[in-house]
Amino acid sequence: MFDLSGKAALVTGASGGIGAAIARALHGRGAVVGLSGTRENPLKALAGELGDRVHVLPCDLSDAGAVTALPKDAAAAMGSVDILVNNAGVTRDNLFLRMSDDEWDGVIAVNLTAAFKLSRGVLRGMMKARWGRIVNVSSVVGATGNPGQGNYAASKAGLVGMGKSLAHEVASRGITVNAIAPGFVATAMTDKLTDDQRGKIDAQVPAGRMGTPEEIAAAAVFLASPEAAYVTGTVLHVNGGLAMV
Amino acid sequence: MSDIEDRVRKKVVEHLGVEEDKVKENASFIDDLGADSLDTVELVMAFEEEFGIEIPDDAAESIQTFGDAVKFIKENT
Repeated sequence: MFDLSGKAALVTGASGGIGAAIARALHGRGAVVGLSGTRENPLKALAGELGDRVHVLPCDLSDAGAVTALPKDAAAAMGSVDILVNNAGVTRDNLFLRMSDDEWDGVIAVNLTAAFKLSRGVLRGMMKARWGRIVNVSSVVGATGNPGQGNYAASKAGLVGMGKSLAHEVASRGITVNAIAPGFVATAMTDKLTDDQRGKIDAQVPAGRMGTPEEIAAAAVFLASPEAAYVTGTVLHVNGGLAMV
Repeated sequence: MSDIEDRVRKKVVEHLGVEEDKVKENASFIDDLGADSLDTVELVMAFEEEFGIEIPDDAAESIQTFGDAVKFIKENT
């Protein structure tokens, strides 16, 4: 089950906690992985840890030219892109009334527009191969909203609508498009929280704790796998019961 | 019958699974040959590969029939 050997996966935001866990998990199932991210050093460190079947593909997703080049570079390095994980995301939180155009545009560009362009860029190869998996990492806030995150929530909800539309178009070609919506996940970012802050978060979650990056990665492995061929246009919520939607 | 016509016809037959004699000059991919819109995109991709050319999106949209495809490819190879 869930054997990905012979498949090539491009993971954006692979320098972050969730992205790195997804890359590790796909690699662990036999996939060749392309690690993309803005910070080259963490990507190289992860590549070193994984050993073979790995390519480092640095890319700044706020740079439109670089985004267009990435699918081509990835296909050149790996031979094809069979699995695309649009995981990269940024936040620029602010109250709606105070949110600047830049804060809005910057988040939409990286979280949503880059995912659109990368998906478009890998489709041709997937259509020819009659096989493909696109996994968009959304967020629980895309379904529930969150104060101070109008831009982020819009981008994450946008991924869901975009993915469903694409799922309709390409289902007959063996390509599935799905989203994962993580809730609170323990990463380097949440390590900075105080125990008190963390306790408050845990209390909101029926499971009583934050999720781990590995639990998000397991969902990505499932959606990328041959076994999930009949799962498309869906959102897999991985949130410990935080929002049952 | 030109070599280009033959090669285009072969691609159409291969992709749409239609009888060769149905692929006539004015046969519309969608109306006569049962293609959906995604099929037409794939056909254009197949033509690009077969003839080593790039077919821009606006040109691709104007290729509606077998004759359109042959004409475009003749003019651009």
